[in-house]
Amino acid sequence: MRILLYELTEALRIALAQIRANKTRSALTALGVVIGIVSVTLMGTAILGIDAGVDRSLAGFGDDVLYVTKWPWREVDDWWTYRNRPRLKTDHARQINDWIAAHPEGPLRLAVPAATASAAVIRGELRLDNIHTLGTTPGLARISRADMAAGRFFNEVEARGGRNVIVIGFDVADALFPDASPVGRTVRIRTQRYTVIGVTARQGSFLGLFSWDSMVIMPLNAFRRNFWVGNNVQLRVQADGARMDEAREELRGLMRRLRRLPLEKRDDFEINEQKVIREQLDPIKRGVALAGLAITGLALFVGAIGIMNITYVSVKERTREIGTRKALGARRRTILLQFLIEAAGISLAGGLAGVLIAWVCALGAALLVPAFPPVFSFGLLAAGLAVSIAAGVVSGFAPAWSASKLDPVVALRYE
Amino acid sequence: MPFSTSSPPASAGSPRLLRPPGAPVIEIEGVTKLYRMGAETIHALRGVSLKIHRNEYLAIMGPSGSGKSTLMNMLGCLDTPTAGLYEFTGKNVAGMDDDELAAIRNQEIGFVFQTFNLLPRSTALHNVELPLIYAGVPRPARLERARAALGHVGLADRMAHRPNELSGGQRQRVAIARALVNRPSIILADEPTGNLDTRTGEEIMALFEELYGQGHTLIVVTHEEDIARHARRIVRLRDGLIEADA
Repeated sequence: MRILLYELTEALRIALAQIRANKTRSALTALGVVIGIVSVTLMGTAILGIDAGVDRSLAGFGDDVLYVTKWPWREVDDWWTYRNRPRLKTDHARQINDWIAAHPEGPLRLAVPAATASAAVIRGELRLDNIHTLGTTPGLARISRADMAAGRFFNEVEARGGRNVIVIGFDVADALFPDASPVGRTVRIRTQRYTVIGVTARQGSFLGLFSWDSMVIMPLNAFRRNFWVGNNVQLRVQADGARMDEAREELRGLMRRLRRLPLEKRDDFEINEQKVIREQLDPIKRGVALAGLAITGLALFVGAIGIMNITYVSVKERTREIGTRKALGARRRTILLQFLIEAAGISLAGGLAGVLIAWVCALGAALLVPAFPPVFSFGLLAAGLAVSIAAGVVSGFAPAWSASKLDPVVALRYE
Repeated sequence: MPFSTSSPPASAGSPRLLRPPGAPVIEIEGVTKLYRMGAETIHALRGVSLKIHRNEYLAIMGPSGSGKSTLMNMLGCLDTPTAGLYEFTGKNVAGMDDDELAAIRNQEIGFVFQTFNLLPRSTALHNVELPLIYAGVPRPARLERARAALGHVGLADRMAHRPNELSGGQRQRVAIARALVNRPSIILADEPTGNLDTRTGEEIMALFEELYGQGHTLIVVTHEEDIARHARRIVRLRDGLIEADA
């Protein structure tokens, strides 16, 4: 055991000296591994970044919220089935809340109606088109995770009275009120003027997902005065986060009762979760992973061949040294270890360089695309280095084995 | 050169000194060695018998092709005989595998080569340390013994030098220190002066003489009569057989 330790130390020493003495050669050899590790870590960073970005954007809306809608949040083939479903009514929210009040132990917490429209928001000369406009109740503030950057959300009195007050997203505020605080000022949507009472905190948007930053929110009754509340109504129902499946079933039963659906009829509404959005990004992630793995595999393969080749060269060059070491008592294991460590050392150096380059790239990407969060996990780093060591050991094995089997008599005589 | 701390009696108490004083260090009996080169079979040794005792100074001579190198490889446990008996301090070498042979070379034999065979990128000290690393000696003891061995051959002030910073004679001294450091039973020198000028060669032979005086067992393989004359016993080989042993 002790001998093994000394042999390892000696092998490490030789490997370092060898790499130092052949810098250019080692660097060129390690290039394949460098490319492989850069691609595998960047791929990992991209996938983790997508996840983190999605999480960040979705967290703002609350991930314990079920969305009751007419249309499902996925692509459908049988368009007509869905087209002919009855509209959702904002009154359903009140009925659900009545049920919640009667069942305090149930999995549901609070229902909020939300009517949506796309409209231009105007302030004097400034105009923002296609702004996602939401008419809802004060309950929305409770079920969403969005904080306020300034002002407040509208209250029950304003909601009931249908006052023309509005809460605007961070980007909307930024665009319409570049130089002043928007709270207390007015904006115009269609024919109505609204007093800004609050600005939501910046949430950031990711891959075009919805974000509070580019929305405006007003009381449902104020919304009705300006827009026709027709097809675009949804119910947002907050549930007990630990009982999502139960909540989903409960809500489904409740909706069926409200709709008076007989047993044999299918649901004429859809209950969505944000999970769906996450799943929609899976193909993208899979694509990134596949491309990354293909490049990594190819680069590592080329890198491994390079390392194998250079280790063979190294064994040839140092045949006499191997003979000398054997004469002095080096065992086969000693020689095997020596060349394995040398191969793994070159590969590991390549891996370290690769990880470093990938890190710099990720930081650079984060500077260029601020919405894309750079996620550089310890796991990725460890995986990159482990893969590079493995590549070195695998590719160094054959030459190291041949070195360990050299006949000392022949090796000592080698010119 | 005064003899310092690493004298052979330092190994007193090791099992090999417990053997009866009359028993040989090396005993070979009817050893043959065949090489197959393509379709041809070469008889490098045709039945050689030899006993070498502790504190002998032996030269092995012979023209090229006489089997001299083969015998040396055999004595150095770098190679095993095709047939015949080979006992090293009573242990049967003929049936050993690679790693057992490596252990014997490490513990019992100190090699001195014609071309020195030092590791070019290592210091003199590290070169001398090497057999001790393979023997599993802890670092502090390793350094102490390597320093003592270098001091012993008069290179106390050259320990941090690399081979290319040393003269030929100094390199061979480093190699001799390396051969001595693990307190081997025999020192096996293959043409030790072959790459040195006459004067430096004589210095090396003087060092051998001194080691012999201190009780070491020396085997020198050479084709030079001048070098062989230093030995107390000369074994002459011809065509794979011992021609003379005196």
